[in-house]
Amino acid sequence: MSGVSILGVVGSVVILLSLFEMLRRHRLREKYALIWGIVALGALTVAAFPGLLSWATTVLGLQVPANLLFFVASLVIMMLTLQHSSELGRLEERTRTLAEDVALLQVELERRSSVEKDQGGDAA
Amino acid sequence: MPAMPDHPRSGLRVLVIVPAWNEEASVGGTVREIAGSNPDADILVIDDGSGDRTAAVAEEAGALVARLPFNLGVGGAMRAGYRFALRNGYDVAVQIDADGQHDPRYLRTLIERLDGADIVIGARFATHDDPYKVRGPRRWAMILLARVLSRLARTRLTDVTSGFRVSNRRAITLFARHYPAEYLGDTVESLVIGARAGCVITQEAVVMRPRMAGRASHSPVKAAIYLLRAVFALGLALVRDWPAQLDDAGAPPAKLIRTEPRTEPQTHTEEVER
Ligand SMILES: Nc1nc2c(ncn2[C@@H]2O[C@H](COP(=O)(O)OP(=O)(O)OP(=O)(O)O)[C@@H](O)[C@H]2O)c(=O)[nH]1
Ligand SMILES: [Mg+2]
Repeated sequence: MSGVSILGVVGSVVILLSLFEMLRRHRLREKYALIWGIVALGALTVAAFPGLLSWATTVLGLQVPANLLFFVASLVIMMLTLQHSSELGRLEERTRTLAEDVALLQVELERRSSVEKDQGGDAA
Repeated sequence: MPAMPDHPRSGLRVLVIVPAWNEEASVGGTVREIAGSNPDADILVIDDGSGDRTAAVAEEAGALVARLPFNLGVGGAMRAGYRFALRNGYDVAVQIDADGQHDPRYLRTLIERLDGADIVIGARFATHDDPYKVRGPRRWAMILLARVLSRLARTRLTDVTSGFRVSNRRAITLFARHYPAEYLGDTVESLVIGARAGCVITQEAVVMRPRMAGRASHSPVKAAIYLLRAVFALGLALVRDWPAQLDDAGAPPAKLIRTEPRTEPQTHTEEVER
């Protein structure tokens, strides 16, 4: 096994272990863990079997295996960022709804307590 | 109030929590049936961001309705229900599905079983003549989950994915803080949490009915995926350390709205309906 392979394997194993530990400590939700898990497993496969990469390179008609690796890696990272952006948008929408709900509840509450006060004054 | 001379635990304040998501066709009947067979229980329907008339139908049927502004899943809805139960000092909280599969006439028996337990599950597959049948990967998953949970809870459990369950105040306090929103968290992982926290879990055989209306949330195609996800969720639940750190319910249960001291806790039912 070459030095590069060992480095790749160690790296992916470290990612997998930290994923597990983060899940265990509730630092990561299931849905994000799945994506990261697939990425780490993919990296592990490529690192453990370098022949796979060179085979894919020739099949796709590319010259340098490293180029394919970087291309795929940047694509994966871009997709992950995209997913985060969409999640962020969803969260913004939800906090907005929550803020509106709180404000509406507060108005409702104040109106009711002022009505109650009026009625209490009449009765006394 | 009808007299119940043969009911030893009738002094308990019972809250029935009904998680409902797009169940306008069945929630009304379910609520009326619960009220009919358990006139003393309060019913809280958690409308989980439904796109249909679920909340209105439940209200017409006479239930209290909590409207979540967006869908949180069964786990999120149920934690809201348990927090309501804790804040308002209920002795017993019951989960009954809105789809009408859980027969509320079992409620009295389930609550009686709380005598020696903290959580009682209304379970299928407990007797050999149970008409409710599940096949294929979904069945294997259910058997696996039941085996593992039985060992953890040190008792025989046959149906850990049942949503029909009864909790006493101890379990309510626990679930008000820790009730997972993730896949199978509302059933399987919550039982793991209960067992880890030292709650006594037991089950009572019930017969469940087919859905009254609406569509089942799973199809045969999804059964295999269900098995995989169940194994994953169970493994995760078992290795996780509880109490949770990230999605903690946070602040201790406090009265948000009614801050005035209550003289007599038993009169609360009228207060809610006012
Ligand atoms: N709050 C909430 N409730 C839900 C959600 N999805 C389903 N439910 C409710 O949870 C209960 C059980 O849902 P079902 O779809 O019947 O699930 P199940 O009983 O495990 O499966 P079936 O065999 O198909 O009935 C019903 O009362 C649903 O209305 C959700 O996203 N949020
Ligand atoms: Mg159901």
